[in-house]
Parts: sequence; C-alpha cells; structure tokens
Amino acid sequence: MQWETVIGLEIHVQLSTRSKIFSGASVAYGAPPNSQACAVDIALPGVLPVLNRKAVEYAIRFGMAIGATINSPAIFARKNYFYPDLPKGYQISQLEHPIVAGGRIIIRTEDQEKIIHLTRAHLEEDAGKSTHEGFHDKTGIDLNRAGTGLLEIVSEPEMCSSAEAVAYARTLHSLVRWIGICDGNMQEGSFRCDANVSVRPAGSNVLGTRCEIKNLNSFRFLEKAIDYEVTRQIDTLENGGSIIQQTRLYDADRDETRSMRSKEDAHDYRYFPDPDLLPVIISGEWIEQIRSELPELPEGRRNRYIQDLSLSPYDANILTATRELADYFEQTVQLLPEQGKLCANWIMGEVSGRLNKEGLEIDQCPVNPKQLAELLLRITDGTVSGKIAKDVFDSMWQGNGDSADAIIDAKNLRQISDDSEIEKWVDEVLAANQQQVADYRAGKEKAFNFLVGQIMRMSKGKANPAQVNVLLKKRLAV
Amino acid sequence: MLNASLRQLSSLLSAKKISSTELTAEFLTRIKTLNADLNAFITVDEEKSMNQARTADEMIAQGRSTPLTGIPIAQKDIFCADGWLTTCGSKILSNFISPYDATVVKQFDQAGMVNLGKTNMDEFAMGSSNETSYYGPVKNPWDRLAVPGGSSGGSACAVAARLAPAATGTDTGGSIRQPAALCGVSGIKPTYGLVSRYGMIAFASSLDQAGPMAKSAEDLALLLNIMVGFDERDSTSLQREKEDYTRDLEKSVSGLRIGLPKEFFAEGMSSDVSSAVEAALAEYRKLGATFVEVSLPNSKLAVPVYYVLAPAEASSNLSRFDGIRYGYRTAQYANLEDLYIKTRAEGFGDEVKRRILIGTYVLSHGYYDAYYLQAQKLRRLIAEDFTKAFTQCDLIMGPTSPTVAFNIGERCNDPIQMYLSDIYTSAASLAGLPGMSIPVGFGSDKRPIGLHIIGNYFREAQMLNIAHCYQQATNWHELAPPETNC
Repeated sequence: MQWETVIGLEIHVQLSTRSKIFSGASVAYGAPPNSQACAVDIALPGVLPVLNRKAVEYAIRFGMAIGATINSPAIFARKNYFYPDLPKGYQISQLEHPIVAGGRIIIRTEDQEKIIHLTRAHLEEDAGKSTHEGFHDKTGIDLNRAGTGLLEIVSEPEMCSSAEAVAYARTLHSLVRWIGICDGNMQEGSFRCDANVSVRPAGSNVLGTRCEIKNLNSFRFLEKAIDYEVTRQIDTLENGGSIIQQTRLYDADRDETRSMRSKEDAHDYRYFPDPDLLPVIISGEWIEQIRSELPELPEGRRNRYIQDLSLSPYDANILTATRELADYFEQTVQLLPEQGKLCANWIMGEVSGRLNKEGLEIDQCPVNPKQLAELLLRITDGTVSGKIAKDVFDSMWQGNGDSADAIIDAKNLRQISDDSEIEKWVDEVLAANQQQVADYRAGKEKAFNFLVGQIMRMSKGKANPAQVNVLLKKRLAV
Repeated sequence: MLNASLRQLSSLLSAKKISSTELTAEFLTRIKTLNADLNAFITVDEEKSMNQARTADEMIAQGRSTPLTGIPIAQKDIFCADGWLTTCGSKILSNFISPYDATVVKQFDQAGMVNLGKTNMDEFAMGSSNETSYYGPVKNPWDRLAVPGGSSGGSACAVAARLAPAATGTDTGGSIRQPAALCGVSGIKPTYGLVSRYGMIAFASSLDQAGPMAKSAEDLALLLNIMVGFDERDSTSLQREKEDYTRDLEKSVSGLRIGLPKEFFAEGMSSDVSSAVEAALAEYRKLGATFVEVSLPNSKLAVPVYYVLAPAEASSNLSRFDGIRYGYRTAQYANLEDLYIKTRAEGFGDEVKRRILIGTYVLSHGYYDAYYLQAQKLRRLIAEDFTKAFTQCDLIMGPTSPTVAFNIGERCNDPIQMYLSDIYTSAASLAGLPGMSIPVGFGSDKRPIGLHIIGNYFREAQMLNIAHCYQQATNWHELAPPETNC
C-alpha cells in the first residue's frame, strides 16, 4: 500500500529578552545553578508574576512577520501539574486567546515551494532543569531557566516529509533570528522542536493517529526522528497493528523513538485564566509601531535580489538564509550596485568557503563588506584579474584591515593591459616554444592553452588574460 | 493606654509623653499574660519588636516620624515578613522563615510602626472560625467558649482583647468583616486592587484583599492611608491618585441614602442580630440618613459561586507547597510521587484538603464549563446587581454575620453551616466592592454583633465617614471584653 506522511511541528523559541517573562531575573545562559532564580522564580509564598512587556512585543513582532492576527486581549492561563522543576506547580501559558493566531510561512525544498500555515503562537514560561549528575541517588534542581520567556509556535499538520519539516524548522529558525527575538542557539535549547507525526493511506483525507516526538534539538535529529517514526508507523500498520496515540522521545544514540507516555497517562492540566495577570490589551497603535520597526523580511529581500539584482532564486535563497549573511551581501552590493552577481559569487564562494574552513560565522568575517567591495571593484575595472583578486583576498583575510588598493600596490599586483608589454611576452614565448606553435597550427588546440599559461607565468600573473588571448591569436594567425 | 485610639497614641508619642519602646513593651507584656489562653498570636519575637520600637523612637527624636510612627501593629500570619516565621496557619509552612517583606509589611515598616507579632488564622485563610489553624483555635475574648470568627480571627481577637492597638487582616469572602463582627471590632476590606497582594500568601487571587482591623473607623482610616497604594509587583494593583481616608470623617451623614437589600433581611438572621442591626439603622435615621429598599437577587448564589471559584484558585495557588524547596517535608518517602503525597497529606489540614479537592474537581476536564465557567458568569451577575443597587443608594447596610459567635467545635463537622457564615459578606467580595464591619451591640451570651457596610467602588472614605459618625454617637466600639481587665 502507498502511504503518506502528515507532520505538524510545535517549536519552542526562547525569547532573547534580558530578563524573564514574569520576573526581573536575568536569563543569561550558563550561570551557576540557581544563581538566577529570584523569589518569583522559586515560587516563594506570596510572590506574584509581572509580565515583561518586551516578551509581548517580541511575540507581536513575530506575528507581524508571518502575517498573523494579534489577539487582544491576550489571556494567560495556568497549566497545572506537579514536577520538581516547576516551582509553582503550574506553568503560566496561554490556552484560549493566544497572542498570535494564524499566519503562514513559505518553505523551499529542492525546487519546490510550499506555504505552511500556522495555527497559533503563544507566550509561556519555561521550567527549570532536573539534573542527576553529581547527586548520588538524588536529583538536583536548577531553576535558572525557570520563568524564561518562550514563544511556542504551532503549525498546521501540512508537512508531508521529514525534508519539509526540516525546511519549515530552518525557515522559522532563520526568521526568529532575523527579526531578533531569539538567538537560535540550539545547543543551549533556545530553539526546540516537537514533531507530531502520523501516516495514512495515500489519497485519504482522514488523519491517522499521531505520535508526538519531544525535544528534538537539532535539524538532523528532527529529520532522523521523523524518518524513523514514519517507518515504524508504516511497519506497524502493514503488520496489522494500530498506532497508539502517545508521546515519544528520540534517542539519538540508537536512532530510534521510544514511548514516553500514552494518552491514557496524559495529565489533566486544569487550565484556567491566571487571576494574578490581567488580560493583556494590545492597542492598534502598538501593533502598528512594532510593524513599522520590523526589518525587511527574508522573503522580501529574496524577491528583491531576484528582480532588481537578477540573482537566481538559488543564489537569493542562500544569501537570505540568515540576516547576517544577507546584511553582508546588502552592504557589499550597495557599493557595487551593478555587480550583484559578482558580489553573490564571491560571498557564496570565497567568503563562505573560507568561513566554513575556519569555523567562523559571517559576522566574524575578517574582511568587511567595504573591503570586499573595493576588491571586486578592482576586478570590474580591470586593475586585477579574478585570479589575482583571490590572492589579494587572502592577504586581506590575514591582514589588519588593509584596503584592496593598498595590498595591490604593496605587492605590485596591478594587472598589465599595455599591448606593447604583453606583445613582448608573447613574442618571447613563441620564440622559445616552436614545437607548440607548430602543434597549434597543426590543429592541436591544447597547445594554445599551454602558450597562454607560459605568457601568464612570464608576467607573474599580471597580464590581462583577455588581452593575452587576443594578442596570441593574432600572432599565431600570421 | 490600652484603650487609646491611634490618634491619642500618636500625640502621646510625638509629645514624648511615652516612647515607642515603652508602648511596645506594655503590649508585649500583655500578650505574654493573655495569649497563652487566647492564642491570638502564632509568633511573638520581643527582640525584633523592641528593635523596631527603638528605630521608631529614633525617627521621632530626629523629627522623621509619620502620624503612626512608634505604634505597634499585629500582622496576620499570612503576610511574609523578613526574618519572621510565616506559617499562614499551616503545618506545611511550620518551618518557613520568610526571606522577604510583603508590601503591606514594608509599608508599615516604612511608616515606623512596630510589628508586634504574627497573628493566628485559619489555615491558608480557609475558615470562618479560626478552628482550622494548625496552631490551635483562637478564643473569643468576649466569651472564651466562642470562636473569634475567621479567617483573621487572631487579629480580631488581638484588637478586641487589647493585645494590639491595631492589626492587619485579609478578606477573601468575609475574613476581615466576619471576625471583626464576632469580636466587636472595626474592620474594612477595601476595593479589590487597592492594597498590594505582594507577599500576602495567596488563597484565591481574584478575591484576596488586605485591610486593617482596629477599634474605630478613624483608626482604620489612618491605617488605610498607609496600606493603599499602587505596587508594580502586583499586576492586579490599581494605579490611582493617593487619597487621604481621614478627609471626610467629620462630614454629616444627613441626606445619605442607605440601601437595605431585602435579601439580607429575609430569613436566616437570628433575632438578636436582627434587633441590634435595626437599632443601628434607627441611629442612622436619627443622624439624618434615609433608607431605600434595594434588591440583590443573585446574592443568594454568592456562597455557592464563591465555593466554586475560591477553591478553584486555591487548588492551583497551593500547588507550590510540595516539600521540594521550602516548608514541611515528610520524613520518609519512597519516590517523588510518594514525597508529594505524604508531604501534602501530612502538611495540610482537612479544610484545606477539602477545598483543594473541590477546586481540582471544578477545574477538571469535562467539569470546567459546568462549574468554573458558570460560576464566573454568575459572578458577573452578582456584581451587576450591586451596580444597579448603587443607582438607588449611596451605601448598602445589613448584618455582617447571620449569628453571633458560635461555640468552638460547634460547626466543625458541618462545613455547609460553616460556609454560611459568609452569606452576607461573600457577594461584595465577588463584586470586588469595599466592605466593612463595625460593632453595634451584643446578642445572646453577650457576644458582639457587627453592622455590615458595603460601599461602591473606591468609596472607602465615605464608608469610614458614616461609620465614624455612628461611632461619635455611640460607644459600642469603645467597649473592651470584661475579662481582659482593661
């Protein structure tokens, strides 16, 4: 039987506010255990939550970026359950009237483009961490993370492969970083995915029973966990079994998912509106202000690069993958408005290649956009060849902010385009390589390239290659 | 001295006829003598109180005093006070020394008042008799066989027995007003949101409101001047211009329209309460007030609505008492679930458990709509009744409690009967309206009776004014229990 996969994702995005969503404690990562848990975070008797307006602003910013509706009033609700790392015995979250409703994002796999609709995005607080290391038979509790603001982003079940799920997660990851609401650090748990996976006979319009896979903290694990789970579900069904609705955990070491709890064990969370927090009224003016401060979004930039700079969709996608890369490109191309393709090639080629090799991010690039643009300008005006330019780039990378011109001058790398000088080298090379000249004239094209190479070598690479070609052809034709 | 008003104490202190240390020591001595029997205080810490008194004396000496600097006040044990054992009347907090001050505690501290100790209360403020306290029942100083009311029973007893010139209370469904009535003192629950809830251990967040308890309306006004104010740490705290609650005390009540809800004067009220209330109303007639019958048709639903909503919120608010981070933890446990179960089974008393169960039930999947949501709708209707009534009258009056104080033990096994103690007070709580109780006489066994005054939102000054006028014309509020040797 043919099967099709249905996937919906719930992604927890940690908001990059300075303080927690309901207290003034810092959210900085990596502090000693419980050093960033204030009276509110450890839920002392009598303490009360106070909403961090910045977290609301970030949620609205996200809503604006995906074309969603902002609910006003937005309501906070208590999700009640007992766990040692949940100090109040309830999590402040949202159930009805989440702050963000609807919206959509465009994802791309291979050459396919697809719109994924979002159900909602709501604000909530994170729990603390239980740790077993270093405590014999006991559990340690670190409440530093307790109360950190999260935006839980829930998609419609509209993805039908692990590739689409990964593309969705990547697009969202890029977007939340792009609009500055999350640092996107997956190792530190700033961006965590849960996947709801089900399968059904191809063509069916009834959803199969789903399993939720929790806490997938890398795109690779997301992909592998879904692939494993889809295979497991299909195997189960084809062997006459049925899928039990349950929550599963992905074990990366074994590359499998395992049952954590089934629906019957599910908690009754007894949600109700939190009486300590008033409904959040969000004015139209506030929304408009946030909208007006929104940066140009990746989708808009991508389209502009294709239309105005004639970049291929492929190039435009790569260059808008992160805000930092896109900004780097933007700043470079602003200085060379006619040379979009050249800028793109260099940034995707030399610059990215070198960054990858050295494990650097674009915002750590030793060559800044202005330096790069000046170098590319020297290619376009014929001062240096593309090949020499790579040497100059190399010097720049290792140098300390030297301009392209300074390096070209210091190393005497200026391209030679003077016909008479080039002709001199041509003549010398022809005289010294009679056999190759004869070969060429006998029809061996390869001999021509050899001769060009010799001339370039003689000029120490500085001869204008185009001119070398023309002048050599002219001489050989005589 | 023991019967002096706050204004009298204030002038004695500022004229340096008495020091705060002398005054504080006198009340501490009195507590030492009488508290063993009355059980009004859970915690007394002479050293801490005397240190505060010395600070107050310095403030006075340096001319930095406020009107109430140097005057002792007893704090209900629901308020966290830095360095003080703060139990909320529960075993589960029997070892909890608060590392911080509630806003209310801080306000009195900054005004230079002296914390005289932490008063007994029903466990987590759940009760109307002070019998649910882990620290034993409080006795009514007018008749030691009787309860003092609750949940602020320790505070009411302390003021009535002259163990403290004033005390704080909190009111969720009547917990200031009912014990004030049963102990013959004055108490006011302000409009919801006027006094910060920060540091006040939550019972039902949407209803809890702190207020003062004292001998007279004038004393209450002075105390309210300190307690009321916006607090950025409480999101439900209201941002309003500062008011002087003493400003209208001397105004005439002539022409005032007093609303008498027919539902409050129907069956249920005992005859001694009825005649004392009638006599108080007659006094108001003499003072020039007029009466109008109003109707609060949904107020009969107030108790059931209250006993859905308050437990719902409480079931969640009390989840933090899990034995993990602070408070009582069971001695032996096999695993995490066992730790939770035993800690909470041993740490909470029966009434608290009953309400957690009710609250958990009404919030459960499948019952939420029928109970919690329905109760929220009725809560709105109850509030609308008052809005309508206040178009016809300025204030509403009635009995605070349907009966005088009952005997200790009498209603312990009858929760429904106990819950009906709040029959007149819970409606105003649900509506978020200010309510107060003042003593207006005595009923059977010479037990005190209170008059309940409900004002419109933010009309505390007007309520204090009409209570003060009554207290200028009568002396019920000046009477002290005979057996306390005042």
